[in-house]
This record gives sequence, structure tokens and C-alpha cells, in this order.
Amino acid sequence: MTKMLNDFAIGECGVIKSVGGEGRIRRRLFDMGVTPGAEVKMRKKAPLGDPIEVTLRGYELTLRKTEAACVEVELK
Amino acid sequence: MKTFALAGNPNCGKTTLFNALTGATAHVGNWPGVTVDKREGTYKGGETEVNIVDLPGIYSLSPYTPEEVISRNFILEGKPDGIINIVDATNLERNLYLTTQLLETDVPVIIALNMMDEVQKSGDKVDAAALEKALGVPVVAISALKKDGIKKLMERAAAMPDERKGYTVLEGALAKQLETACAYYEAEGVTSPLFHAVKLLENDELEKARKGAAETLEKASGGEDLEAVVADERYKYISANLATAKVKANKEALTKSDKIDKFLTHKVWAIPVFAVVLFLIFHLTFSEDLFFIGAWADLAGTPLPTLVDLGLASEAEGEVVYNNFGVEILAIFYDGAVFSPGVMLTNFLNLFLDHISDGVITLMQNGGSAAWATGLVGDGILGGIFAVLGFLPQILILFMFFSILEDTGYMARIAFVLDRIFRRFGLSGRAFMPMIMGFGCSLPAVINTRTLADEKERTATIRVIPFFSCGAKLPILVACGGAICGMVGLSNVDIITYAMYAFGVVTAICAVLLMRNTTQRGETPPFIMELPAYHLPTFGNLMIHLWDKTKHFVKKAFTIIFASTVIIWLFSHINWMWRYVGDEAMDQSILASLGMFVSPIFTPLGFGSQLNDCGWVFAVAAITGLVAKENVIATFGTLAACIAALGANVGVAPDAISGIEGAGDAYAMAAATGITVPAILAFIIFNMTTIPCFAACATAKAELPAGKFRWTLLFWICASYITGSMVYTVGSWWWTLFIWLAVIAVAVTLIVLRNTGKFDILSVFGRHKKEGK
Repeated sequence: MTKMLNDFAIGECGVIKSVGGEGRIRRRLFDMGVTPGAEVKMRKKAPLGDPIEVTLRGYELTLRKTEAACVEVELK
Repeated sequence: MKTFALAGNPNCGKTTLFNALTGATAHVGNWPGVTVDKREGTYKGGETEVNIVDLPGIYSLSPYTPEEVISRNFILEGKPDGIINIVDATNLERNLYLTTQLLETDVPVIIALNMMDEVQKSGDKVDAAALEKALGVPVVAISALKKDGIKKLMERAAAMPDERKGYTVLEGALAKQLETACAYYEAEGVTSPLFHAVKLLENDELEKARKGAAETLEKASGGEDLEAVVADERYKYISANLATAKVKANKEALTKSDKIDKFLTHKVWAIPVFAVVLFLIFHLTFSEDLFFIGAWADLAGTPLPTLVDLGLASEAEGEVVYNNFGVEILAIFYDGAVFSPGVMLTNFLNLFLDHISDGVITLMQNGGSAAWATGLVGDGILGGIFAVLGFLPQILILFMFFSILEDTGYMARIAFVLDRIFRRFGLSGRAFMPMIMGFGCSLPAVINTRTLADEKERTATIRVIPFFSCGAKLPILVACGGAICGMVGLSNVDIITYAMYAFGVVTAICAVLLMRNTTQRGETPPFIMELPAYHLPTFGNLMIHLWDKTKHFVKKAFTIIFASTVIIWLFSHINWMWRYVGDEAMDQSILASLGMFVSPIFTPLGFGSQLNDCGWVFAVAAITGLVAKENVIATFGTLAACIAALGANVGVAPDAISGIEGAGDAYAMAAATGITVPAILAFIIFNMTTIPCFAACATAKAELPAGKFRWTLLFWICASYITGSMVYTVGSWWWTLFIWLAVIAVAVTLIVLRNTGKFDILSVFGRHKKEGK
């Protein structure tokens, strides 16, 4: 089952399937290691619900829900 | 002398390594055309000296951020003899992503595998030899913090051959496409053709600008999107190679970092905790009653005695005279309340500076120098420089606290927590820090905007920083607020002060919204950011950081501020006949006549032509405030004495305001000039939102993108003029509120219509739509 990263509940993990988005954001996601095949785990949401924090390639990454909506993840 | 470039991710210990390598030889400049620090220094530990250039911390060499473009240009065109690529061993995967890009250039590369001690502590293993074999370039394990392995690193770096052939990890997947692209670049005769070829396949904007490149890309890729493939292949390669280099220990338990994080970004506690941290920082820097000990004692009915109460000092004509030098020292720390560390340091420095200036003046007077010369040296030169230097301790302490927040990794969490709020105004969570620092001092606040990646966001933030009323503006608020209290019979000046602070913040929010919808329009910058692991700040790095700032500030104090205070002093003590005029005859001075000349400009703000003959004093105070905001109240003091000496009716200040610093002078000036309450409010607001002090202007000029400073000055003038006149007119004639509301409504409608593309404002003036200024 696939899901967009912004819809993840806390603690859910998955493997990234595809990355969309406009040039600059997409490139930034790639550079930060958000590429197909990478494992990602939803860590937490900011106190106001957005942005979110995920664990990826051994480090913590934060991104907004609008940006996370570009990332399609295969749920594990 | 060989030059090495130091490249690596942010938070990988690059600054620590740079400091360890270069020590005291380091100096900071700017890269041409942009406001990113260029740090350079010399490594003297080897046989020959080596020049080290610290590139900005980057994750990639993409063309999107100024940091990445600078690094890329320096590596390709700056002709370094080699790149020292520092890699965080605790986070190999993402760090090596940049390495794979650096390897594609023809520049020799050596890898400094940092934080190996941390890796061992966590029970993991990284095999440097295996990594060296896999990557084909030297790999040296180091600990920048403990200065381990640095000598070996530099020895191996010095021994690297001068030439290296670029190598890519994409050979397997994209061999055919690369061949086409490489052929094109080799024919063009550029250096590092492989690097350019890969970038072209990544659909890189900088590469596509070259003639014929877009066609080559079309030919090589056949229209396929290779950007994702390239990023994917890099990580695939790294994962495959990591298997040989990294052995991860099993661990499930929460690390210390996780535990701290749970608390600091807690759903409920995050914001209160942050508010407490912020309060403590400002309290420790600026408070004259540490932890409210004095206030608590008052509440308990046993107020702490002041030095006068203790019989250690006496009060004469409003000035406290200390009995001996020992008491003066005591007064640094305590006088009816314990001071905060920031105030203690300020007192200490001021004690020192006061004695110097007293000594110089006494010496000159004893030597029989003319009154004007003593005045110029004592009040003009020394007074001006020392007034500015007096701020140094508090600025440094404030900066130190914020550096600690940055170094520990908490700053990134604050941005994470607050981003949601700031996005509403078209800013990212990072913009919060410089703004809040503005309450202390605009200088460090403006410098701190460097953490903002987006140029428009940075411009908008710098412009509103002065609206967050700084420490030097507080005396204006208090003295003028006190005068208002005296005029309307209030006793609580706090309410007016807080209201003014709040007004500044609201103005800032409105101004940001306005700019982000007009001249600084742009998409809200993306917020895709690493949250670094928490760690303790290191003392050495902190000191180097502070030393940089101190140098910067002291240089400013002795150049721009020095010159401007001398000029202001001269103008206020010389008449048009070039004769010296004393304090008591200041209305004859050039400055006073300039004040009389410009004061009609302030008529819409209530302190212009409608005032009587003495009305020019407010205009003069506002002008002197352009040099430093402390001058406004200092000028009040001088001018109040001056108009009293001229025989104007200065009234009798009510007792209620006698305890408020500077309020007596302000009240006297108000009584003598016949200024109204709304006009005094407008005067406060004008000073709060207009062009900040010289030092802040100079810093803003340095930090703003080229050409933006002029517009920024204009923006400040307009902002202060509009808000000031709004408060004055609405305060004097309440019905004008409807006119202002109507004007605002029209402006908002026009902006909304323009932004939605329904109406082109500029076409009204017969001009075509242009990019924002």
C-alpha cells in the first residue's frame, strides 16, 4: 500500500517509491537523501501540527507537509 | 604556497577543523557579491605553510543556493591545489553524497573522516582503509574536536599529486549518456569536463546556459528525466560501498539526544520552554534586578538597601557620588538589587571608560586648554566612542547566548517549532531568531539573518528588525512615556512602554506582509532542513566566534560612529560665524538652525510647525538619533537645560514621574514647546521605526544584497513617517481613523488585485511590469 509522506502517522515506516514536486524543491529533497529506495520513518509533528520530522538515512530531517506531499512511500 | 579548500556538510565539524588547522591566522571576509562569510587562514604545522579556504557548509553542488554556487565556482575556477572533504563518520551516507560530486572534478581530493571517537563510543565501526580503497582517494580518520589525526591528514594532503582525473560513480548506469555529454565539454575545452557533464545530465540551470549545452542534453538523454536517476545512483553506490566500511551495532535504547529532544519539541511544553529560555537570555543580559531578588525583597516588606542607604555613597543634585573606589567597584555588582551578568560587565567597562575620559578632561583643563577643545575631546570624541563601546558587553553576551543555541542544535528545533506561525507571513521559522534578537540590539540581529537561505526573505527580515525596539531605544520610550504620564496624570509608565513595544511588533508584521506581497514577493522558501544531533558547544569555537564579532564592532565604533559624533558635536557647538557656542547657547548653533529648517517636515507627525519657537528641539533630537538612538535622550538632557536657560516656561514636573529616568527633561521640553500627547507618541514611534543607528545601517548595508540598501533607507523613512502621522492624526482627531482605514483598504485591494493578475498597477503609469526592486 502506498501513501504520501504527509499522511503518515507517527511511528509509521516505509520505503520511498517516487519523488515529485517542482524543480527546486525536488532537487533539495534529492540532495537531502529523499530518493526512491530510501527507508523513512515518521518521527513526530511540530507542536502546531506542521512541519514534520522524519528519520532517513540515519539522520533527522524536517520538512513541511506541503513538501512531504511530493513524496510517495510504500508502507511497510 | 598551496591552497586547499575545506568542503563538507553543515554540522559535520568543519568549523572546528578549520579553527584547529588555522588557529589565530584565520580571518573573515566576504565572497564577492554575496554575504556569505569567506574564511581563510594558514596551516603552519607542516613542512611548508598551506593556505586553507573554508567553503560554506553544503549538502550538494546544485545551483540553487548562494552557498552551493560559491563552493562550486571556487572549486572549478578558484584553482585550489586540493579539496579537503570533511565527512561526518556518524552520518556517512548523506555526507558521502557530496563526496561523490567532488570526486567528479579533476581537483585532488582527500577525505577527513571526522567524529571517529563518537562512532566508537556508540559501538559502531567505520573502516577508513576500506573506504579509501572504494573511493580511490586518501581517507584519514580524525577528531577535529580533540585535534587527533590532523597532522597526518595534512601530511597526506601535501603529498597528493597535483593532478587527478575526475571519477564518477554513475559509470554503470549512465555510461552512454555521459560519453555524449563529456565529448561536448571536452570539445569546449573546459576543466573538469566530467563534473560539468554530470551536472548537465542533472538538468542543471548553470550548465544549460552554455551555448549548445541544451541540445547536447537533449541528444544524451533523449528527453528522459535523469535528475532522479543521478541522485538515486549516487545513493545506491554509497549504500553498496558502505556495506564494506560500516558495521552498525545493535541498539534500540533512546540516546541522550532523543531524550532531550522529546522534551524540547514536546507537543505542549515546546513553546513554554522556549519562552522561558528566551526570557532567561534577555534577563541575564539586560536585567538590573537579577532573578527579581530586589522585587521579591520589596514584596516581603524588607527592601534591599541601596548604596546610599548603606552610607557608602551620597546623592547630590541627582547624581550619586561614591565614597571611595571600593564602593565604585561594588556598584558594578549591586545597588539596591543584584545586577545581571550583562549589566555587571557593562558597568565594569563604563567605570573604566569614565575614568579615562574624566582623566583626559582634567588633564586638559589643568593644562589650560580652551573650553571648546575640552568639550570636543570630552563630550564629542570620547563621549561618542565610549557611548557605543558601552554597548559592547551586552551585545557580546546576547550574541554568545544565541551562538550557544545555534551550536547545540536547539536553534534548528526552534525553527521547527515556530515554522507554522511564520509561514503565515511568508517567512520560515528561521526568521524568528534575528527578529527576537532585535529587541536586544539590531547589529547582531542583522548579522544573524545569514542563516536565512532565501534572499528576499532575508531582505524583508533585515528591514523590519529595527521595529523590534532595541535596548538603546528603551530610554526614549521610558522618558517620553514618563512625560505623557506627567501630562495626563497617569502613574504607570510600563503600560505606555509595553504598548509601544507591541506597536513595533504589529508594524513589523504589517511591513513583512506588505513586502512579501509587493517588492519582496516570492514563494515561501522551502523548509527542508537537517535537525542536527544535540551536542555541547565548545568553548574555543565560541570564543573565536565572539572575537570575530568584537573586531567588527570595535572597528565600526572607531570609524563611522567616531566621525559622525564629532560632526554632530561640532554642528551643535558652532554657529554660522564658525564661533564656538556653549551648551547654554545651543539655539545659536548650526544644528539648531538646521533643526528649525527641517522641523516643518515633522508637522504631520505633530512635532513640527505647530509647536512654538522652541519646537526645533524635537527635530534636532530626532536627527541626532540617526547616529545612535542613545543620542535622543542625551540631546533631550542638553536641550532641556538649554531651553530653560533661554527662559522658556518649562512647567513643574509632577512628583509622580520624578523617579522615571529622563522623564523630567522630556516633560520640561513638552511644557516649553506645547507639544500634545499624540505628538509625543508619534515622536516615540518615529524614532522607533525610522532609520536605525549608524552602526546598524552600516551592518545592514553589508548584509543586504547589492543595491538594496538605498531602498531600505527609503522604506524606513516611509514606514516611520506613515506610522507616526497615523498615530498623531488619529490621536488628535479620531474621525481621521476612517480616512486611514479607507486608504489602507484601497492599498490592500490594489495589491490583491495585482497579485491575482487582475490589475497591473504599473500600467497606470504607462510602465511595463518589472521585477520587484
